[in-house]
Amino acid sequence: MSCFLTNSSVGKKLVMSVTGCFLVLFILFHMSMNLTVLFSREAYNLVCEFLGANWYALAATVVLAGGVAVHFIYAFILTLDNYRARGKQRYAVTVQEKGVSWASKNMLVLGIIVVLGLALHLVHFWSKMQLVEVLHSQFAMGVDANGAELTFHPANGALLMAFTFSKWYNVVLYLVWFAALWFHLTHGVWSMFQSAGFANDTWYPRLKCVANVVATLIFLGFAVVAVVCFFKSSDFIAEMVNWTPGL
Amino acid sequence: MNFKLKIWRQKDAKSKGEFKTYEVKNISADTSFLEMLDILNNDLVHAGEEPVAFDHDCREGICGMCSLHINGHAHGPSQAVTTCQMYMRKFKDGSTITIEPWRSAAFPVIKDLVVNRGAYDEILQAGGFVSVRTNSVPDGNAIPIPKADADESMDAASCVGCGACAATCKNGSAMLFVAARVSSLAKLPQGRVEGARRAKAMVAKMDELGFGNCTNTGACQAQCPKQVSIAHIARLNREFLAAKLQD
Repeated sequence: MSCFLTNSSVGKKLVMSVTGCFLVLFILFHMSMNLTVLFSREAYNLVCEFLGANWYALAATVVLAGGVAVHFIYAFILTLDNYRARGKQRYAVTVQEKGVSWASKNMLVLGIIVVLGLALHLVHFWSKMQLVEVLHSQFAMGVDANGAELTFHPANGALLMAFTFSKWYNVVLYLVWFAALWFHLTHGVWSMFQSAGFANDTWYPRLKCVANVVATLIFLGFAVVAVVCFFKSSDFIAEMVNWTPGL
Repeated sequence: MNFKLKIWRQKDAKSKGEFKTYEVKNISADTSFLEMLDILNNDLVHAGEEPVAFDHDCREGICGMCSLHINGHAHGPSQAVTTCQMYMRKFKDGSTITIEPWRSAAFPVIKDLVVNRGAYDEILQAGGFVSVRTNSVPDGNAIPIPKADADESMDAASCVGCGACAATCKNGSAMLFVAARVSSLAKLPQGRVEGARRAKAMVAKMDELGFGNCTNTGACQAQCPKQVSIAHIARLNREFLAAKLQD
């Protein structure tokens, strides 16, 4: 039973579907976690403390990293298969077929942009929060917009967020990242149902509608946090700079 | 009407092909695309040149022999028809028409515009049949079949196996063809009994022959001359995964 997931085309697509579904659920959780920062920086830091270097958060991180790795590796295996199947000789003239979305034909490129964004994001946040706690190096250092030195507690996520998004180029980079994710999800979310076999002509319009809604919610949910943190960065930094953990 | 034709010429499977340009003049708007090629070939034979090889048989849209990638479209720019049923009035007078053979690693070019579609036959032989007694014909109403199921089965069975799906797919995937075959039998009680074996055998053969993996772009159904829906691909996924999980 284990082999059809690695040696059959339909099985490999099921792996993409299931890992994709898992990642979408994680992203929705991450987005709702982020949104708390708009209402209360203290509450956001409570979540950060809760998800520090404890066994459950670390276990979840490992599972999550596994999900990303499997989705990523399978994407390359499938794309390589597909490239070979297409043959060496390509068409001289091609068209964009009716009803075929641009995203559906560019999932690998969009996925690569998402992974690059993820790498940047891990450097910006994860390496200064959970990783710092794991390595027991208590503080990560940074400099604010005025050049004054900032000291981070690894669970002071709100300060780190305000500090990161006080720089306009970070906001732009993140928005590009979210846009790539939007395109990826407009195809990916309905496609995961198709690959698992849960779709028919009645449900295509519904599933595609769900995919667009989910993709847009995720884009807006993340984008609003980055943009608000940019405009209110000095307020947030002032509010959180002397924060001490409560747990 | 007059046309300039850019046609792929290739001496045999081993030689390297290239585009050659020809001109056809005084073509009636009601000439079918294949008749137009007949006229060109007539001129070529009279001029002592090698005629262009292309596949055709019934010329009434039911045999699945004709192919051709015309101006970027499988079976040309008309919707829901095979090349033989497309007429020159679909093209602008004086325009250039690019004609290519199917491009897919599993469909090697034999000569000019003719490709070997034997791979589809091999997939059919692997499982696209029912093992029933054929000597005595049972009464047509002996097995009651709901109208909706019969219709859906017939929609899938309308596939003529022309190869446009794999030829159009950016992944060179034969999923629409395999799905149509699996689906047309799976919806009927006579085919249902061997559903699991059929789905597994046909997918395995399809993978073995080097067809690519479906990424749900939907380009196949947009170009299919019989408008077979990708809903049948969802059913194939269901059939295959259920069969594998039962193993």
